[in-house]
Amino acid sequence: MTDILQVDNLSLSFGGIRALNDVSFTASKGEITAIIGPNGAGKTSLFNSISGFYKPDSGRVVFEGADISRVAAHRRAEIGLARTFQNVALFRGMTVLDNIKLGGHGRLKSNALSAMWYLGSARREEMQLRSEIERDVIDFLEIDHIRNQPISGLAYGLQKRVELARALAMQPKILMLDEPVAGMNREETEDMARFILDIQEERGITVLLIEHDMGMVMDISSKVVVLNFGEVIGSGTPHDVRANPEVIRAYLGGGHDKVVPTLTEEAAT
Amino acid sequence: MNAPFDWIALAEFALIGVFSGGLLALIALGFVLIYKGTGVINFAMGEFMMLGAYFFYTSHVMWKLPMWLSLALTLAAVAAVAALIERAILRPLAGQPVISILMATIGLASALHGVVDAVWGGNNYEMPPLLPRKAFTFGEILIPGQVVWSFILAALIITAFTLYFRYSRTGIAMRAAASDPMTAYVLGIDVRRTQRLTWMFAGVVGAVAGIVVGSMTSLSPALGGAALGVLAVIILGGLDSIAGAIVAGLIIGVIESLTAGYLGGKVRDIVPYVTVLLILLVKPYGLFGTRQIERL
Repeated sequence: MTDILQVDNLSLSFGGIRALNDVSFTASKGEITAIIGPNGAGKTSLFNSISGFYKPDSGRVVFEGADISRVAAHRRAEIGLARTFQNVALFRGMTVLDNIKLGGHGRLKSNALSAMWYLGSARREEMQLRSEIERDVIDFLEIDHIRNQPISGLAYGLQKRVELARALAMQPKILMLDEPVAGMNREETEDMARFILDIQEERGITVLLIEHDMGMVMDISSKVVVLNFGEVIGSGTPHDVRANPEVIRAYLGGGHDKVVPTLTEEAAT
Repeated sequence: MNAPFDWIALAEFALIGVFSGGLLALIALGFVLIYKGTGVINFAMGEFMMLGAYFFYTSHVMWKLPMWLSLALTLAAVAAVAALIERAILRPLAGQPVISILMATIGLASALHGVVDAVWGGNNYEMPPLLPRKAFTFGEILIPGQVVWSFILAALIITAFTLYFRYSRTGIAMRAAASDPMTAYVLGIDVRRTQRLTWMFAGVVGAVAGIVVGSMTSLSPALGGAALGVLAVIILGGLDSIAGAIVAGLIIGVIESLTAGYLGGKVRDIVPYVTVLLILLVKPYGLFGTRQIERL
């Protein structure tokens, strides 16, 4: 299995706070890799470093064999990194369709003026983009019925799906999903899990997933990377990770031998 | 001794007000574009107008180039200046407190003023009239032709921009970058480019407004101050609303015209502000402005 993405010794700090400390992992092409960890573990910081918002203090991000550490965020989007956000980041004043079409923006070549006249190649590109989006995104994610609605009136679960649609319209090589099912009910979660699996299986798109829903992570991921306090404390198949004692400790707390002395010390002062 | 109330005069003042409101709305559009696109209130908007008028005067009157060529050259030149300003002054200030950026645009305004003064001197120049002067008559009401034509021109430009932002891909990308730069970045939108484009568009709008105002009055560095009168319009309309700019432009136009007609030109500058103040007491974000909700 070839690695499409490789993160090498990434470190990132904000003032005195180390958000990421020497983080390394790889994601295999066409697979689903999940990144899990308690709140504040650095998962989103890691995503932001990969998509180019944060400039890590050291380390590098390698995509398809090329070091992209110095590539600007919008360029990374053009070469195939798409993502969604933990808090739905759709443009609320626009319709579903406009939001999704923005996902195709980076792939079009026409400039401000030619698009203004809406002529020639700009028009052709636009038509092609539209039919592509119809087929591969809107029908695929079953959001045909809401295409012309404004975002603000949509149910939360649907908004998350529109955000996924917009990322898909970018025709990414890697799809980075930041908590795609947070706040969803069971049924919505299952729908989303199915879409993610379809995206991976039918399209061969590599998926990088941050998620707290352990049931879903364990079901659909082929590899799990566990972060805690900015460090990788374990990685491997869902089965391995579940049995890893360090991971269990991170999730369940330090255990009684650690907790009790702290409490007694506090009581003494 | 009570003369009957002159309804014709009232209608005339009101109509002149509506028509001259078009130009106010156009200038307001320049402010709104930049505020919406980059979050900056550009106090140098009037200086874009001034530059436009001076560039046009130079190429059309002094160099005797044909009008359309002069217009094209002027718009291109002001757009270039706007892009340069964005690159050299605004971009390095990104992320600084709003008040610093505001001060920078005020400083920029005086600097541009100084440049114009140094290059062209403080004299008044006569611009050739560009818009047809033939008056329009509606029954007994008489409206100066330039006022009507400036309104039509402003309406055309504002409509064109509205359509551009609503339907063109770059326009939609500009809206996206304005409302959430970080997300726009992730979608592959070059936010720095859309911000540069925003400044260029505002420069073009300002230049057109400046040429029109200059051709209706006369050309002097004082033209730069004209845009400050539009502050009442953008505050009333809401800083980030094009629709607000239009409606508020017309309202202020009427108020100014009625005040000038009945109370004399001296109070003309005061009454719009007093009106705006009263309206803001009720609607603090302007008529159409986005309500900002601070989450604590």
